[in-house]
Amino acid sequence: MSNTKIDTSEKPQFFLEEDHHVESSTNLGFWLYLMSDCLIFAVLFATYAVVGRNYAAGPSPADLFELPLVAVNTAMLLLSSITYGFAMLQMERNAKAETLFWLAITGVFGAVFIGLEIYEFVNLIHEGAGPQRSAFLSAFFTLVGTHGLHVTFGIIWLITLMVQVSMHGLIAENKRRLMCLSMFWHFLDVVWIGVFSFVYLIGVVG
Amino acid sequence: MFSNPDLLKFIFGRLTLESIPYHEPILVATFCGVAVGGIAMLALITYMKWWGPLWKDWITSVDHKKIGIMYIILAIVMLLRGFADALMMRAQQAMAFNGNEGIFPPHHYDQVFTAHGVIMIFFVAMPFVTGFMNFVVPLQIGARDVSFPFLNNFSFWMTTAGAIVVMISLFVGEFARTGWLAYPPLSGAEYSPGVGVDYYIWGLQVAGVGTTLSGINLIATIVKMRAPGMSFMKMPVFTWTSLCTNILIVATFPILTATLVLLSLDRYVGTNFFTNDLGGNPMMYINLIWIWGHPEVYILVLPAFGIFSEVVATFSGKRLFGYASMVYATCVIMILSYLVWLHHFFTMGSGASVNAFFGITTMIISIPTGAKIFNWLFTMYRGRIRYEVPMLWTVGFMVTFVIGGMTGVMLAVPPADFVLHNSLFLIAHFHNVIIGGVLFGLLAGVNYWFPKAFGFKLDPFWGKLSFWFWLVGFYFAFMPLYVLGLMGVTRRMSQFEDPSLQIWFIIAAFGAALIAAGIGCFLIQLVVSYIKREELKDETGDPWNGRTLEWSTSSPPPDYNFAFTPVVHDHDSWYDMKNRGYERPVKGYRPIHMPKNTGAGAILSALNLVLAFALIWYMWWLVVVSFVAILVVAIGHTFNYKRDFYITAEEVTAEENKRTELLAKQV
Amino acid sequence: MFPTLKRLCQLSMLPLLAALSGCDLVVMSPSGDIAVQQRDLIVVSVVLMLLIIVPVLFLTLYFAWHYRKSNTTAKYDPEWHHSTRLEVVIWAAPLAIIIALGAITWISTHKLDPYRPLDRLDAERNIPADAKPLTVEVVALDWKWLFFYPELGIATVNELAAPIDVPINFKLTSSSVMNSFYVPALAGQIYAMPGMETKLHAVINKEGVYDGFSANYSGPGFSHMRFKFHGLSNDGFNAWVAQVKQQGTALNRDTYLRLEKPSEKEPIRYYASADQDLYRAILNMCATPGKMCVDEMMHIDMMGGAGKESQENREKLKFDGAPIDINLRGHGPEEHSSSEPAPAASAPVAQNTSSMDMTHGNHSMSGMDMSKGGDAPAPKTN
Repeated sequence: MSNTKIDTSEKPQFFLEEDHHVESSTNLGFWLYLMSDCLIFAVLFATYAVVGRNYAAGPSPADLFELPLVAVNTAMLLLSSITYGFAMLQMERNAKAETLFWLAITGVFGAVFIGLEIYEFVNLIHEGAGPQRSAFLSAFFTLVGTHGLHVTFGIIWLITLMVQVSMHGLIAENKRRLMCLSMFWHFLDVVWIGVFSFVYLIGVVG
Repeated sequence: MFSNPDLLKFIFGRLTLESIPYHEPILVATFCGVAVGGIAMLALITYMKWWGPLWKDWITSVDHKKIGIMYIILAIVMLLRGFADALMMRAQQAMAFNGNEGIFPPHHYDQVFTAHGVIMIFFVAMPFVTGFMNFVVPLQIGARDVSFPFLNNFSFWMTTAGAIVVMISLFVGEFARTGWLAYPPLSGAEYSPGVGVDYYIWGLQVAGVGTTLSGINLIATIVKMRAPGMSFMKMPVFTWTSLCTNILIVATFPILTATLVLLSLDRYVGTNFFTNDLGGNPMMYINLIWIWGHPEVYILVLPAFGIFSEVVATFSGKRLFGYASMVYATCVIMILSYLVWLHHFFTMGSGASVNAFFGITTMIISIPTGAKIFNWLFTMYRGRIRYEVPMLWTVGFMVTFVIGGMTGVMLAVPPADFVLHNSLFLIAHFHNVIIGGVLFGLLAGVNYWFPKAFGFKLDPFWGKLSFWFWLVGFYFAFMPLYVLGLMGVTRRMSQFEDPSLQIWFIIAAFGAALIAAGIGCFLIQLVVSYIKREELKDETGDPWNGRTLEWSTSSPPPDYNFAFTPVVHDHDSWYDMKNRGYERPVKGYRPIHMPKNTGAGAILSALNLVLAFALIWYMWWLVVVSFVAILVVAIGHTFNYKRDFYITAEEVTAEENKRTELLAKQV
Repeated sequence: MFPTLKRLCQLSMLPLLAALSGCDLVVMSPSGDIAVQQRDLIVVSVVLMLLIIVPVLFLTLYFAWHYRKSNTTAKYDPEWHHSTRLEVVIWAAPLAIIIALGAITWISTHKLDPYRPLDRLDAERNIPADAKPLTVEVVALDWKWLFFYPELGIATVNELAAPIDVPINFKLTSSSVMNSFYVPALAGQIYAMPGMETKLHAVINKEGVYDGFSANYSGPGFSHMRFKFHGLSNDGFNAWVAQVKQQGTALNRDTYLRLEKPSEKEPIRYYASADQDLYRAILNMCATPGKMCVDEMMHIDMMGGAGKESQENREKLKFDGAPIDINLRGHGPEEHSSSEPAPAASAPVAQNTSSMDMTHGNHSMSGMDMSKGGDAPAPKTN
């Protein structure tokens, strides 16, 4: 809402003669979307909390998780968040080429993250610890896999935006879109920190 | 080549000729009816050359008013389907005594009651409510559209696609036989191996995306696009209840989505979330689904409360009593609705303290609800009540709803629930609040806002007839169910042994027939009003002497809603404007910035429909194709940067001058 | 609980009762003490609420009539929209009633907790010191009820009997999907769920034959999942037990696995003897030979799982799908042949230790706390 002066005299002004400038709702809308997505993760976390120790006389986290691999994986995602930050800084300076460069780096980190995750999943399934083995593994694959799917879509989105930025430059629409993807990317980072500590660390250590 | 079974299986998945229920006479007759009606309609559209306008002005429209109207049309069409199911259930239960099988064997009857619940909640009540919020909210807050007009169009078509998925199940395959919430393990792959539960899952998932997005859209609209001067505490009550409802939607539908994803993983991938074996936990599903399910009840009823608040103030010719307490009551209900889900399964063996906690939180909700009833009551006090049709529905609601509220509190006492849970008493209770609360409100809303949407009032005679049939029919249909519940009769039975129950079921069936007459009168009312539209015409834009901003513009409103953005100084701002001698501006119009129509929403939803169908029937190649197509179209749509245009000042002037002339005729 | 209130409400219910005298409102006139107390609670809560609902209904109709447009003598005050005093009343009145009802709810929910052993036979009599409760283990099958009487060594299908004025301890589970065990004349219902045990304590005070059924939809045979509950005198009950012993056959795992297959309108069956550990095996989902019991699985899980080399455990724990004939479930009623061998009999016979007792206290989710302090835990609590 704009801050229009309101006349309180007996017969006040009842309409705006100039255009009513409405502030963009995109940020708010995207935040609301992120919160709804967050709830999906909340359900998956809660599910993991409920059935995460139902191993069905099968392997437990301590038997399965390789923390060094997960640590590398986590580093990839954290680095990608930092490089996305660099991209946004360049965007603020309206430096198109630099923005694209940092976006590309971000995408590479994201792809490595996904690659490592697929490697981990394939290994687990190979060892007979697939999502059908126990409720614990069902919850694990679903939680981590949903996060992975989000990152995958983030990468597709990132590529789309890179094409759009190179076509149209850093116009207002594209800046807004980069901003949204930035929120999305950092959000996934935060979710991953939850996955890392709640699933992997507690699973192996606790 | 086509005799190759492997190839057939590859192309059609598990869809075979046997999946078409051509041996079920009821379904064949229904299909013929639907097919003839459908072909007739397509022929009519072709003959009248309506395809172009239909595509240009409706299907691709991003105008919140048209989308709102389409939502309500969807709801009314689905109401007919859901009510047909209800009639069949009442007929079955009135007949199936003394070894008489009734009209259905169990495997068919079980689909009917599941479909009835799913359709009435997801594809009647939800689109009805969303339709009103879409149509009314931007007008009430003095905005020209919603925050994300394209998303709005997409949401509508996703909801429609979900409804189509459920409708397809009638003629191809079968629907779920699990009850409307599809509790596992019964809904798991082992105990429901057919396509029924998959139809259920994908119908709800596709529609659920639409609902969540429309919730986000409307919150953003209400928060960001209110007219200058309209602070939160000056918003019309319907807008307030819409805001709370949409917050609930955004905060619960993702839970439904996630829960159904887990159930579909169990069914498609063989995971063990809700299975009996390998560490699964079916009780988790029941908790999760009700964490969504209980707020869902308030998602439906809060907007109805908003409609009653508008109607009662308008037709009592008086400002709403206790606006602030009405707003607080709405917010309290919104928050509390999250803390009561366990009352749906007190009988699952939770400890006494847990049960008592959830029982008491449930009762606490009746306090703000009671306050609302009092507020409407004291709005009528010292009013001058005009008994137009919307007001009749409101008084009918107030009487009926308190009875439903009372039985609801009875069910909230856990030990009392132990004897009433899952009984027909429970069925009577929730129909008492959903029909007496939600549906009465929606029908009041139809009668109230119809002139705004179409420029003529609905015929009051048929409206009143419809009301009385509904009201009396409701009592005949559901009071016997209260009695049957106290006789220890449980729900979802297709056969009965005790002949002394039959008379009550026959009374209930008679009630259902009266309601059918009520629905018939409503449809006649629409037709008669269309025929008499010249006589019922509303040229003022304010046929009821309304109080909120939607009545300040013409009926139907122009595409841009308001030529000049209104400035708000008080509650009931249009009443305030009229009171203080507002003069409508007649010159100085400017070009207006508006969003452009787009077909992307309809196309994406159609692809989602294909994807859902392919998933249900295991046509994996089609799953891949349609999924890739969705991605391509969605990305392609983002390459379209030219999404808006200007309505020129001349066009606005022409439109507004017409209204000036009409208004001049009135004086 | 509130004698005056109770009398008041009995009075207020009179006209309604008169109107309904033609039919048997079993929920309002039950024959077991628990159900009687639950009925009283319904009546008390209705009366409490009528205190506010009757005035509201009256005012609604009165205001609607009095302030109609055509009545120009009624006062019209279009600007009147606030009164602090009235607002206080309209919030306080429901609040007061809910405080009263909330207190009643808290007390009665604890008192009538189905897991809580009885402390009285009815309003006048306490439980005699020498009273020995009757234990009944209930299994909901597709679509019939199996009752074990562990103290008597017998079992029945679709018929339940108990002596009057003797506390009955029900333990309930299910073989495949969720059902709800409900005898309206006796006590409120409780869910019966596979792989879990729920409990119900009740007593029947009057001799008679009462209806029992599943109150939770469980598939195509659900409508006929009914049984008769006989409330018998002591002698009558002894005679009934003797009759079961005389007419019945033996219930062992093989007969159980045949019985477990989905069937509808199952006739009453008597079993003169029942395998000692059969109920426990059903509860732990290991009645089929070769399956691992749930309690053993939970013990292994608590010890940190069975490691990577445990693939064979998956087959042993795969329960859904194995003993149930999918086609029968999928296509409605069909007669099952009782001579059919158990389909899972070909599975490798492995260790079947079902005697491992264990306690557990892992993760819990609010509202899903099935186990009660002191009781032996159900195998799958959450």
